[in-house]
Amino acid sequence: MKSKPAIQEDNKQYTTLNLGPTHPATHGIFQNVLTMDGEIIVDSEPTIGYIHRAFEKLAEHKPFYQVTPLTDRLNYCSSPINNMGWHMTVEKLIGAELPKRVEYMRVIIMELARIADHLVCNSVIGVDTGAMTGFLYVFQWREDIYEIYEEICGARLTTNIGRIGGFERDFNETAWRKIKKLVTDLPAGLKEFEKLLVRNRIFMDRTIGCGPISAERALNYSFSGPNLRAAGVDYDVRVMNPYSSYQDFEFEIPIGKNGDTYDRFMVREEEMYQSMSIIRQAMEKIEKLQDKTSFHADIPSFYLPPKEDVYNNMEALIYHFKIVMGETDVPKGEVYHCVEGGNGELGFYLISDGGRQPFRLHFRRPCYIYYQAYREMIKGAFLSDAILTMSSMNVIAGELDA
Amino acid sequence: MKDIQSASNVNIVQAPAGFEGPGFFATKLDHVVGLARKNSIWPLPFATSCCGIEFMATMASTYDLARFGSERLSFSPRQADLLMVMGTIAKKMGPVLRQVYEQMAEPRWVLSVGACASSGGIFDSYSVLQGIDHIIPVDVYVPGCPPRPEQILEGVMSIQTLIQNESLRRRNSPEYKQLLASYGIE
Amino acid sequence: MDKPTIDQVAEAINEKFGDAILSKEQQYDFTVITIDKSILVSLFRFLYDDERFQFRYLTTACGVHTPDQPKPFTMMYQLHSLVFNLRIRFKASTTLNDLQFDSLIPIFSSANWMEREAFDFYGIRFKGHPKMTRILNVEDMDYHPMRKEYPVEDLTRYDKDDTMFGRDRSGYKKLN
Repeated sequence: MKSKPAIQEDNKQYTTLNLGPTHPATHGIFQNVLTMDGEIIVDSEPTIGYIHRAFEKLAEHKPFYQVTPLTDRLNYCSSPINNMGWHMTVEKLIGAELPKRVEYMRVIIMELARIADHLVCNSVIGVDTGAMTGFLYVFQWREDIYEIYEEICGARLTTNIGRIGGFERDFNETAWRKIKKLVTDLPAGLKEFEKLLVRNRIFMDRTIGCGPISAERALNYSFSGPNLRAAGVDYDVRVMNPYSSYQDFEFEIPIGKNGDTYDRFMVREEEMYQSMSIIRQAMEKIEKLQDKTSFHADIPSFYLPPKEDVYNNMEALIYHFKIVMGETDVPKGEVYHCVEGGNGELGFYLISDGGRQPFRLHFRRPCYIYYQAYREMIKGAFLSDAILTMSSMNVIAGELDA
Repeated sequence: MKDIQSASNVNIVQAPAGFEGPGFFATKLDHVVGLARKNSIWPLPFATSCCGIEFMATMASTYDLARFGSERLSFSPRQADLLMVMGTIAKKMGPVLRQVYEQMAEPRWVLSVGACASSGGIFDSYSVLQGIDHIIPVDVYVPGCPPRPEQILEGVMSIQTLIQNESLRRRNSPEYKQLLASYGIE
Repeated sequence: MDKPTIDQVAEAINEKFGDAILSKEQQYDFTVITIDKSILVSLFRFLYDDERFQFRYLTTACGVHTPDQPKPFTMMYQLHSLVFNLRIRFKASTTLNDLQFDSLIPIFSSANWMEREAFDFYGIRFKGHPKMTRILNVEDMDYHPMRKEYPVEDLTRYDKDDTMFGRDRSGYKKLN
């Protein structure tokens, strides 16, 4: 697209450059029209909504258990976290209590998803600085995580994992073996990846001081997740408002200093190690529990009974019918539940009017909220720094537009 | 020590049927051009959502797309042969997709990856285009939500079959011109 | 400083704003306070500046449409005090003829796109917003899709048979 020079009052010539929506470096489709003074960005005008799929409207027409595949496609790099967050919201609404074993299993799945998300983000930061090798190494580990998901729910990426009240089946031997192998082997794999980038002169020169944001501005823009922690604020939903027994685990929250790209990269790197430590603790805790078999809560009006019972037992047949046809009674009320997603505080605000579908479901999407600050973060930066800032913020188009 | 015999498992592309003699090989031009084109496709990954992540997995080392000749991904439509549309296309994105398709030079193929690109997928809503074949002609549809990397590779292999068997005159034929006219593309 | 309780916060708000506070209820683990929309900016400025509470984080803001209420359009705001770990929810309603709220951008920069989304989905305007245009939908869309009178599907699509899915679209406003 031809750029037309425009002369402003201060007699400077600015050029307009269109970045996106289809651009190899914007991982996701969003557009930025940049006003540039040579190579330096003076201002930018973002346009989003190129993948608006009307999740909130669709959710008003689907029964509660059918909303789970919609939540998958929010932050699709870590879909189990979205699924679990939604299930916990509905469980809060109906007042369900889950056995400890189920909560620990949920923690394992959510931390695996967090590792998968951070692997993508960090390798893509590498690709944007020109380091393609890290990406190829890291995706091998992601395939291992996909195999674990496949053992449990059958799908790789958009998992629809778990049910309202727990899991659809217990983790089998292969799944436990694969999880154990992953947490044993991944630290060495991550060290290989880090050797390429962390103390690499070129990488450090490119990313230190690139796209910084101070803690006060970040809080004013309602940042959350690794982006906020890189700016120095230790806000983590798992610690502030613990859910699914996170209070039983011991882990640290890595924080940065300047809020620039290097800090965001390092915070995500360290969070992966913390996630692996949480998975190890969860596996040990599950070993020690008395209860060795339960994988769902006892809520017959929301959790489908096993098929043998449906064929032989009248009660189970009635429950099965009521759940599938959506005749179950849900209390009226409004509930808000938030989880620590890969990008920050992912919240679900659900208003129920007692019917089979939500009356109003609003997703508090962290990407949408912190992407507003992008304009401020790239003022005065070079174009290549703007690209790096965008990829280090981990903007996922599905979560941005919903 | 790896057995050297196993190196002969490597498949080299078979030469097309023809008549061979000292210093010459006679065959149909269509076959040779088809062979060359199908093994050197330059795809344009138009990745919008979740299918894009499965494409990244296809490009990575486990399900390597480069062994089909697509080592170089082109992000400029002017230099691309195959437009791989992966992910949901919203109505806001429709004109952009159309513009990208029109900028591609003949011969060009379109691969629609995923349920959303093929028919709107699970998003039967006011803002989603119910299939990209409303705005551009599509050659191969890959179903799935998201499709496994093996399925995406099968889609690419189907495109390769199409490319190999395509007549050199197809892009100038009246049927093709009629197809483009039905989409409003010159 | 001692950690205040939500009841103390509600008391302080009641003292300062009195009759603009319409109701207070407990919904699961949140206290929800319904207010009159005229005190929106001054209330949030009070909660931001007050050193006892320090509600300096706007978690989320969204619109809600309840067609059978006398004031069908509601804006919901959720604040979070990170220092004391307190969360609180506010709701303010209005009618179709007076579909305007004051913008919160002077206090919270993150309210910018949240308000644009509420405009895009419900048509709620915000006074003082620098760019009150659609954000997620196509620029030239002429209706506000999240309102209850509009269907989720695009009624002009021809390749899906509604009768096969048991959908009855006759109750919705026809869109051309």
